[in-house]
Amino acid sequence: MSVPHGFLGFALRRALGALVTLLAISVLVYLVFYAAPGDVAQITCGPRCSPAQVQQVAQQLRLDDPLYVRYLHFLQGLFAGHDYSTGTSAEHCPAPCLGLSYQSDQQVTRLILAKLPVTASLALGAMALWLLLGVSAGVLAVWRRGRLEERVLTGITLAGWATPVFVIGLLLMVLVCGQLRWLPFPQYVPFTDDPEQWAWNLLLPWLSLALIEAAKYARLTRAAMLETLAEDHVRTFRAYGVGERAIVRRHALRGAVGPLIALNANDLGSLFGGAVLTESLFGLPGIGRELVHAVNVVDLPVVVGMVLLTGFFVVLASAVADVLYAVADRRTVLS
Amino acid sequence: MVSEVAEAGTGLVLAPASGARQFWRRLRAQRAALVAAGAVALLVLVALAAPLLTALEGQSPTTYHPGLVDSARGGVPVGALGGIGADHWLGVEPQTGRDLFARLVYGARVSLGVALAATLVQVGLGVLIGIAAGLGNRWVDQALSRFTDVVVALPLMVMSLALLAVVPAGFPRPVLVASVIGLIGWGSIARIVRASTLALKQLDHVAAARLSGWGSWRIARRELLPALGAPVITYAALLVPVNISAEAALSFLGAGVKPPTPSWGQMLTSANVWYQAAPQYLLLPAGLLFVTVLALTVLGDGVRRALDPRAASRLGVGTGRRKEARA
Repeated sequence: MSVPHGFLGFALRRALGALVTLLAISVLVYLVFYAAPGDVAQITCGPRCSPAQVQQVAQQLRLDDPLYVRYLHFLQGLFAGHDYSTGTSAEHCPAPCLGLSYQSDQQVTRLILAKLPVTASLALGAMALWLLLGVSAGVLAVWRRGRLEERVLTGITLAGWATPVFVIGLLLMVLVCGQLRWLPFPQYVPFTDDPEQWAWNLLLPWLSLALIEAAKYARLTRAAMLETLAEDHVRTFRAYGVGERAIVRRHALRGAVGPLIALNANDLGSLFGGAVLTESLFGLPGIGRELVHAVNVVDLPVVVGMVLLTGFFVVLASAVADVLYAVADRRTVLS
Repeated sequence: MVSEVAEAGTGLVLAPASGARQFWRRLRAQRAALVAAGAVALLVLVALAAPLLTALEGQSPTTYHPGLVDSARGGVPVGALGGIGADHWLGVEPQTGRDLFARLVYGARVSLGVALAATLVQVGLGVLIGIAAGLGNRWVDQALSRFTDVVVALPLMVMSLALLAVVPAGFPRPVLVASVIGLIGWGSIARIVRASTLALKQLDHVAAARLSGWGSWRIARRELLPALGAPVITYAALLVPVNISAEAALSFLGAGVKPPTPSWGQMLTSANVWYQAAPQYLLLPAGLLFVTVLALTVLGDGVRRALDPRAASRLGVGTGRRKEARA
């Protein structure tokens, strides 16, 4: 695939825009959370701390500095890293440094990286399933348009669209693991330990997520294909006697590729930031569940780090989607 | 996850004000939308009549009945089918023995109330910011549009979960949940309103108003708002079910509406432990959530078709969707 004219400039501009958006997100998120009411020092120290101890914690956390000074310090850590002295030993926190957890004194970046494989396992497996289910349902609906199959598919799609992911996951879990006992209740096993167990234990989470998401993809595939089928060039193909099967497969489906890439990149982006509900429901120790935990103990550096990370993935994904879309569909105006 | 659900399928709708009567005719032409509207009306009625219904049953949603649960077996409801009987129509909640029927109907209040309030916040903010961006000069537009981009990029679940944690307890919880969902979710409405405003600005009557020196506020109120009705209503109708899911999800995670206030999502938090002894404790809130979100989605889709002139012409008013399917 050759690169369209002006493509490099477009990609560069898009990347710059994404960077600016990310910086703005970091300002907003930092201000919102650190300016929020609630005595962070008291919460971090615990309920039995004396006022002197609370004072000490506040000093340690630099809570007495003005907000913008703390933000700039945070930003410095993000781009240049920090050196922390934790009592006896000095600790280096390398470049994308998101600070230290109030609770465990661990580096937030490391904490997140440790959870990323779980979330990635969940997201990528579910993606494979939802693309398979969603696109084939969409193609089938177009292929069988006007018949019973299309109406049934449309109904199922609507139901999938409307169900919250934790409801379908809960029902699936109770049915498959509780009543039928086909599978044990999911328990995360790392891929590197045992790939087979990894897959079996992730099957239900993948399925729950995929069933919900597939509905969107089916709708999008169907709509995009129908739009292409209504276009003039398709009419010309028909007039030349090109078969319906070839038209649907070779031409209509191609028209759906661009929008599908865009939607998929966005979905994957927001999932990488933590599939909060799915992970909580199935007890998967990923980013989403870590966020719920951090929220419960008001561990602000972890919360801010995770929200930023999610924002990062979403912005990155939407930039990548735009670029891919431009490659897939030359008609896109590069501006 | 929830936030994107409504984003697909809503093109920019710029219908000339076609009148309420035409809208109703087009909506009535869709059988699915009618059924959905009936279901929604029933749910709203139940939510409004919650005190009446529970009085009829003679129970309250917050009264504990320790005698009705077997504490020796971990709090399983006493009696068959999770304690269903003349006093407790749908049985009682495990562990606490609170009446399930009463909690479900009061849960409808929370679910619909929070979603509606959140939608109003989203529409209010979205329309205000969208019009300001569309009417303002280049710099205002740039600033507001980039701000909207930032807000849209914030994931609804992650952000509201985090926000709900830092707000001190003691604030009325349902109000808080509604405002948080509202404050995070206005971005897409603002985008649609801005786009519509930019398109409307080109029209003669708006241009004439600007030339005759009307202020922005007057133009917005007199010339823009009436024309913005269709796209905003379309989008808002599709936001309500998304907000229902969001509230349920937050309450499910323990960050939303907290006990003793009942909420469907919150009931599901511990339902998987009790599904054998009291299956209705899992199935009823799950089923109600499903039906509510489905009905609101179908209704929202129907509203979109009724307001969108392109969809309506395909619909063939009076003949329903069968005509479209056969063609």
